[in-house]
Amino acid sequence: MDAIQKRMLEAVADLHEIPSGAYNIRENGKSIGRQSSENIEIVPKQDKDGIDIYIKPGTKNESVHIPVLLSQTGFTETVFNDFHIGEDCDVLIVAGCGIHNSGKGESKHDGIHTFYVGKNARIRYVEKHYGEGDGNGKNVMNPTTVIEIEEGGRMEMETAQIKGVDSTDRKTVAKLADGASLVIREKLMTHGEQYAKTDFTVDLNGEDSSANVVSRSVAKDKSYQVFYSRINGNNRCNGHTECDAIIMDDAKVSAIPEITAASVDASLIHEAAIGKIAGEQLIKLMTLGLSEKEAEEQIIQGFLK
Amino acid sequence: MLELKNVSYEVDTEGGTKEILKNINLTIDDGFVAITGPNGGGKSTLAKIIVGIYEATDGQILFNGEDITHLSITERAKKGIGYAFQQPVRFKGITVSDLLTLAAGRKLSVAETCAFLSEVGLCARDYINREINASLSGGELKRIEIATVLARETPFSVFDEPEAGIDLWSFNNLIAVFEKMRDKCRGSILIISHQERILNIADKIVVVADGRLKQVGTKDEVLPTLLGGTGSPCKTLLDKITQ
Ligand SMILES: Nc1ncnc2c1ncn2[C@@H]1O[C@H](COP(=O)(O)OP(=O)(O)OP(=O)(O)O)[C@@H](O)[C@H]1O
Ligand SMILES: [Mg+2]
Repeated sequence: MDAIQKRMLEAVADLHEIPSGAYNIRENGKSIGRQSSENIEIVPKQDKDGIDIYIKPGTKNESVHIPVLLSQTGFTETVFNDFHIGEDCDVLIVAGCGIHNSGKGESKHDGIHTFYVGKNARIRYVEKHYGEGDGNGKNVMNPTTVIEIEEGGRMEMETAQIKGVDSTDRKTVAKLADGASLVIREKLMTHGEQYAKTDFTVDLNGEDSSANVVSRSVAKDKSYQVFYSRINGNNRCNGHTECDAIIMDDAKVSAIPEITAASVDASLIHEAAIGKIAGEQLIKLMTLGLSEKEAEEQIIQGFLK
Repeated sequence: MLELKNVSYEVDTEGGTKEILKNINLTIDDGFVAITGPNGGGKSTLAKIIVGIYEATDGQILFNGEDITHLSITERAKKGIGYAFQQPVRFKGITVSDLLTLAAGRKLSVAETCAFLSEVGLCARDYINREINASLSGGELKRIEIATVLARETPFSVFDEPEAGIDLWSFNNLIAVFEKMRDKCRGSILIISHQERILNIADKIVVVADGRLKQVGTKDEVLPTLLGGTGSPCKTLLDKITQ
């Protein structure tokens, strides 16, 4: 692996070396390393770009890493990855995409990830998006996440985009059966003239299903963020969505939460707050000897931690 | 060490300018000084002017002989002025140990962090990784605020009503903290307080009322007049009380 590859793998998947367990590393449209394990099988798709990941029922404490790197300027791709997670599993899935674009062309990765979470399975899904490059070429990522959770299943999704992605349209749709639960934590920071749209739709179809969708974001410079979050309560269920944004400079942020109850036993809450960094927070840190800029950085770093 | 010369502070309000502090002349030498006086008298405003949160509209502030009247908050902090807020600030995501590290300006060992927290009566194990957010109680927040100033180890520290919101048992410990600070203090501590027990351990008491310096002296000089009652409430209020 060269230095760029190493840095990108670290940024998107916290990987310092080839991971243990199952993995697939994709670079510029080709797999540059793949390994299945006894319980986790990775199979390339025949009809389109992407892979199927089969996780045997009952697989516990195992992980799958499937980072994607784009280092060739102007490279564009659409990839379909399907995760078939057997009953009673307890696994960690780490995806993520890094673009290193040092040319003029627009580099673009559209990833469609579909999760079939079996009965009583638990998964933690971590996804990071990161871009860098010294050219003028734009880095574009449009991740789509489709989630279906069967009875009693639970999914925790952590998604972060902190740097270097010029344009992103992040779409997540989820359907939950009886007793299923979903937690989504999004962290987003945009700067320059970046654009980021987040769009969550969760259908709480099952009895006692629950969803908690939380987004924290910071919009700097002239960037623009739009946050949609829709929760539909179609049964006895609990849904909560929260968007908390810090706005700076000449940025713009829209938060559009939408909750719909189609059952008298649905309990749904939405919260949204947008505001600048509180002046007294800056003052407190300045009385500790930090400059205004340093204080700002500490506050943002804490907020997005 | 700190000298206020003719310091005034005015703000613009709808009804014209309002003088909040008028011609304050005060020298704070090494030791333990308490500021007291009625609510709204101007104590916190004076503290904020010393720290640099407000800039005096008139007069001069000298710190160790150097004119700091127009220095920023950061510059004054770096020169060794510490400040504990009357109403501490909450942060999302910043933990107690993060804040103490920032305050100390260097990496703190767990043992050091523990020492600062136990100083203010908090068990480090329960608090070190707590976020300084809305989940902390008022008293907890207040103690962490005091700990951040302890961690700075500044030669000049200002505490604005440190005892407010702290329960009785902890109050005794807090007094002990300040007594200890006074004993090993090589600089000055300025405490704004309404508590007789804090005034009692002060080397000097300053009374601020109605934006003016009313009295400066030792506790034997000041306490009797204080408790005897100074200041005259407005007529409406007096009538209400005597009814
Ligand atoms: N920006 C402002 N505009 C108008 N009035 C102000 C402003 N800032 C402070 N004041 C007034 O100045 C006075 C002094 O306030 P300050 O907070 O310094 O009082 P204090 O002595 O600390 O009172 P307390 O004991 O209640 O803490 C108060 O009457 C307050 O309402
Ligand atoms: Mg006050």
